[in-house]
Amino acid sequence: MLEVDDIQHFLLTRTPALAARYEFLTFRKSAAGRAWLAGLIDKVGTGKSVGSASPDSRWVTLAFTWNGLRALGVDEVSLETFPEEFRQGMAARAEIIGATGANHPDQWVGELASPALHAVAVLFARDVGERERCKKEHDRYLSRIGDVDVLSGLDLEAIHPGEPREHFGYRDRLSHPVIEGTGEEAPPGSPPPIKAGEFFLGYLDEGSSRPVMPQPEILSRNGSYLAYLRLQEHVGAFRDFLRQHAQTLDEQELLAAKLMGRWRSGAPLVLAPQKDDPALGVDLQRTNNFDYGKMDPYGYGCPVGAHIRRMNPRDTADNMQRRQMVRRGGTYGSLLAEDAPEDGAERGIAAFIGCASLIRQFEFAMNVWVNDPRFKDLGNERDPFVGTQDGTFDMTIPKRPVRKKIKGLPAFTTIRGGAYFFLPGIRALRLLAAGAPALVQKPRKVS
Amino acid sequence: MATHVISKEPLEPQVVETPNETDWTKPQALAIPKEGYFKAEQGRYGPMFPRTPACHGFTIIAKIKPGTEGEIRQYGKKLENALAGAPHVLAPLQLHYLRWVLFDVGQDKYFMYQGIFDTDFDKYTEDAVALFTQTGINTIFEKLEGFPSDWRTNVPAFIKFLREHQCPSFLEYGEYPYVTAVEIKKALKLKRAFSDMLDQMQ
Repeated sequence: MLEVDDIQHFLLTRTPALAARYEFLTFRKSAAGRAWLAGLIDKVGTGKSVGSASPDSRWVTLAFTWNGLRALGVDEVSLETFPEEFRQGMAARAEIIGATGANHPDQWVGELASPALHAVAVLFARDVGERERCKKEHDRYLSRIGDVDVLSGLDLEAIHPGEPREHFGYRDRLSHPVIEGTGEEAPPGSPPPIKAGEFFLGYLDEGSSRPVMPQPEILSRNGSYLAYLRLQEHVGAFRDFLRQHAQTLDEQELLAAKLMGRWRSGAPLVLAPQKDDPALGVDLQRTNNFDYGKMDPYGYGCPVGAHIRRMNPRDTADNMQRRQMVRRGGTYGSLLAEDAPEDGAERGIAAFIGCASLIRQFEFAMNVWVNDPRFKDLGNERDPFVGTQDGTFDMTIPKRPVRKKIKGLPAFTTIRGGAYFFLPGIRALRLLAAGAPALVQKPRKVS
Repeated sequence: MATHVISKEPLEPQVVETPNETDWTKPQALAIPKEGYFKAEQGRYGPMFPRTPACHGFTIIAKIKPGTEGEIRQYGKKLENALAGAPHVLAPLQLHYLRWVLFDVGQDKYFMYQGIFDTDFDKYTEDAVALFTQTGINTIFEKLEGFPSDWRTNVPAFIKFLREHQCPSFLEYGEYPYVTAVEIKKALKLKRAFSDMLDQMQ
């Protein structure tokens, strides 16, 4: 039974937010961090209180880095029981996720690679006006508390208010894992509901076990891990690439679809291999109703190296139920008009990826699906959008009679920052706000 | 009778800087530094080990708990039967060969588990552990000294044990270097198809 009254709503409910603000914080004093937290807990929505019919217009989420837990006063014995990848943090493990070259933490913005990063307050708002009001309110709150500083912040807003699209123009949010116990039904073609232990600590997972938890259990139960990524999208470079490799507008659209695995409308290439079908794209009962093994084994519709086929190989990979993640976030930066040249402004996607194991779920996806050049025997390819591209990798588009191979794919995105956070349950937030000695407990004996 | 003159000096290992991974006709050897890799590359669970002319692989060596040799040997038969019933159960690991060996060092008995496969162990390590559990291979591991008793709920501890007991090769050789099991099976399938065709043409 999911304790929805103790789980932060973030990974359970997709809110109707069209704007957001991320505030990355540092606690200069433990007591100040705890006071800041204590005053905000009641504003954090739970899985129970936040629903699609909710009249709320803003939704607050709070999460902490390992350094942040220490800054709040969690004792060393307890800190050591957190998994190694979380303790090290994303910047220390950058090579594993492919954050090298232009993506290296040395190049990151917003002090996200700094050990001073302690917490993130995620604010989702129904609109930009509400976001601005909440931002000011938080500023006033911080100045009252003192000794809690904003290291950096990021404003997000929908660039196509009518529908979720990112800067390259692709429709977003077309598939997400359905979590067992939420009552949600999996749409046709989607995997059956995934055990809650794949997302929340303290529950049975798809390995039929309840993995060891950080101690004390009250601190970790109903919690999740979040991997944050700020991914700049080079829209000008992407459009130049399409023009360079395809003649007509239709051919450019087809090439864009081949890189993604879906048309920009969201229609999947497996079901619409020749021509876009916008009605299919938006129909959530149909848009995921396909597989690769039987319907497109050689990738004549959706290339084996296309983004969606790498990030979700469906029936063509093992243990898929153990690699599921929940993504929350949105677009930042202004829309680059269709006919406008690259303006040099930063725009992209900034998202949190939620799971129960950063190493098994998030890092696996980045290390293997995204960046392994030998994925599915492709030989010399990486994910065309999220992979670490430096002009030395290719993209193969299977075609009859002869395949098309594009050599030296440019980078369409750059990682501008990232971090690992722990998203505690509500009881755990209260415990953290109360501070030691509530947090001191001997770890479970591991022999 | 001709005799070979064996040099008293150890052979200098030839480090192949850029192994030719495409020419399977030319047998190759690769000497590997003590660390087990040429270039430190961080994998999720530790350093990544290179692909060699003998593909990817591991050699896990650990001391067994006293008095468990009989149970370990018995397990060999169980695994043989399990695989006969479900021959493709280990397919996700893209294996060529697995070898289980028991041997003595002084008064102690040691276990060696050696695998040759086409995937990078670090990349698919959780899949391997899940399969060890599914097929019961872990019941052998439970007889090894130092194996974590909470392995069922602590996969990272299981993986740490494997990593700590992995002994990298210092030299590996491939008669048909870098050829994957998939490629071998494809070639054999083709050979069988040709053979069938020739039989039918008679």
